[in-house]
Amino acid sequence: MVEGRMKAPSSLLPLRIEDVCFEAGGRRIIDRISLEIEAGARSVILGPNGAGKSVLMRICHGLLAPTSGRVIWNLSQPANGRHRQAMVFQRPVMLRRSALANVAYGLKLAGVERHERQARAQRALDGLGLAHLAGRSARVLSGGEQQRLALARAWALEPEVLFLDEPTANLDPGATREIETAIANIGAAGTKIIMVTHDLGAAKRLADEIIFLHDGRVLERAGAGRFFRGPGSREAAAFIQGELL
Amino acid sequence: MGTIGLALGQAAELIAGFDPRLVQIVGLSFRVSLSAVVIAALIGLPLGAAIAVARFPGRQTVIVVLNALLGLPSVVVGLLVYLLLSRAGPLGPMGILFTPMAMVFAQAILVTPIIAAFTRQSVEDAWREYEEQLNSLGAGPVQAALTLLWDCRFSLLTTVLGGFGRAVAEVGAVMIVGGNIDGVTRVMTTAIALETSKGDLPLALGLGIVLISLVLALNAAAHLINEAAQRRYG
Repeated sequence: MVEGRMKAPSSLLPLRIEDVCFEAGGRRIIDRISLEIEAGARSVILGPNGAGKSVLMRICHGLLAPTSGRVIWNLSQPANGRHRQAMVFQRPVMLRRSALANVAYGLKLAGVERHERQARAQRALDGLGLAHLAGRSARVLSGGEQQRLALARAWALEPEVLFLDEPTANLDPGATREIETAIANIGAAGTKIIMVTHDLGAAKRLADEIIFLHDGRVLERAGAGRFFRGPGSREAAAFIQGELL
Repeated sequence: MGTIGLALGQAAELIAGFDPRLVQIVGLSFRVSLSAVVIAALIGLPLGAAIAVARFPGRQTVIVVLNALLGLPSVVVGLLVYLLLSRAGPLGPMGILFTPMAMVFAQAILVTPIIAAFTRQSVEDAWREYEEQLNSLGAGPVQAALTLLWDCRFSLLTTVLGGFGRAVAEVGAVMIVGGNIDGVTRVMTTAIALETSKGDLPLALGLGIVLISLVLALNAAAHLINEAAQRRYG
């Protein structure tokens, strides 16, 4: 399924964010961010709580409209064309139906033909080691299983870009490892990974590049190795040292 | 006490013996209230879901009015429907005043706001949890409303059963628009009112027992369904 995407005439990426601001309740949460995000490397948006990471991601994904500035995808999207991007949230939201039906539901909204949905949903569950839970009710699964199911639902869409908002923040180490492995595999299969986290461990394990956010501004952007060896900003250095910003 | 005991005994005999008069009245009550609830659900469920998901000017006002309509006095509904259906009224030519159809009409009006208001509440609570996920998957407002209705199906079933309980137990509206005509528009509640005033306590009590059992059974069913759904679906 990855090859099909590679042959596609054009790509969603690069994603250009131009002078984006976001204000809510009189507070500026995103302060004139400009970024260009390329295909390929796994990008991690890192920063302390309240830095505006999740808001920035929601603006990119189209869930929030910026107060000013623009989000420009390389390929203009049809009104209902969000299926080339997918997002996994911190807290998975499962519909009151089986695990398989949850994945099939996403495919239905993406316009996949009925006869194709079951097979694709089943493949996605297999890919995340959830085949044995296909018939189980999604909302009674464990937190880790639900988050893997959320990944399966996103992955089944064969997105070109996958947004992840603190996907392991509520999980124990075992479940975290499973999710991170799955994310790495999805990235290796050609999907662009853009992940938000405040967790240094997760960032070190998954990031190819770090976009460091503080107080609604991008303070630094660097390859992960360089960022963790010698961050360029005082705030990033303090954050890596574990100081509370 | 002796009179009451005697009446209770006779009421039990009427129920146990499937007294034709009692059966006829209970049967009509069911037909009228079930029809009314089906109509009210067909209108109230989508209406409630639409108000929950849509954002439009005046939405808060609509919600306040809808919630206020929960306490709609049934006699007032009866009066309004009477005016609509009476010979001089706008729907007079239909000629359905004092027929079961008029009673269905009145009860549907009474129950629709109940179903719509509780649906709005359930669906809106769910929407708060699902909104970002459904938007992310590309659901439009209609698709989202349908998905939420289906996801709230167990609590909505309770709502609909509650609406049926309200319809079958109300007396004011059916009394006014039905006219309590023996064998034609006499339902449990209007029969109880009449038989009590006539002093025929056994029939009144028998119907009262049926009515209370029915309301109890409905509530028990709603409770059990929700419990089971919670265990099965989370």
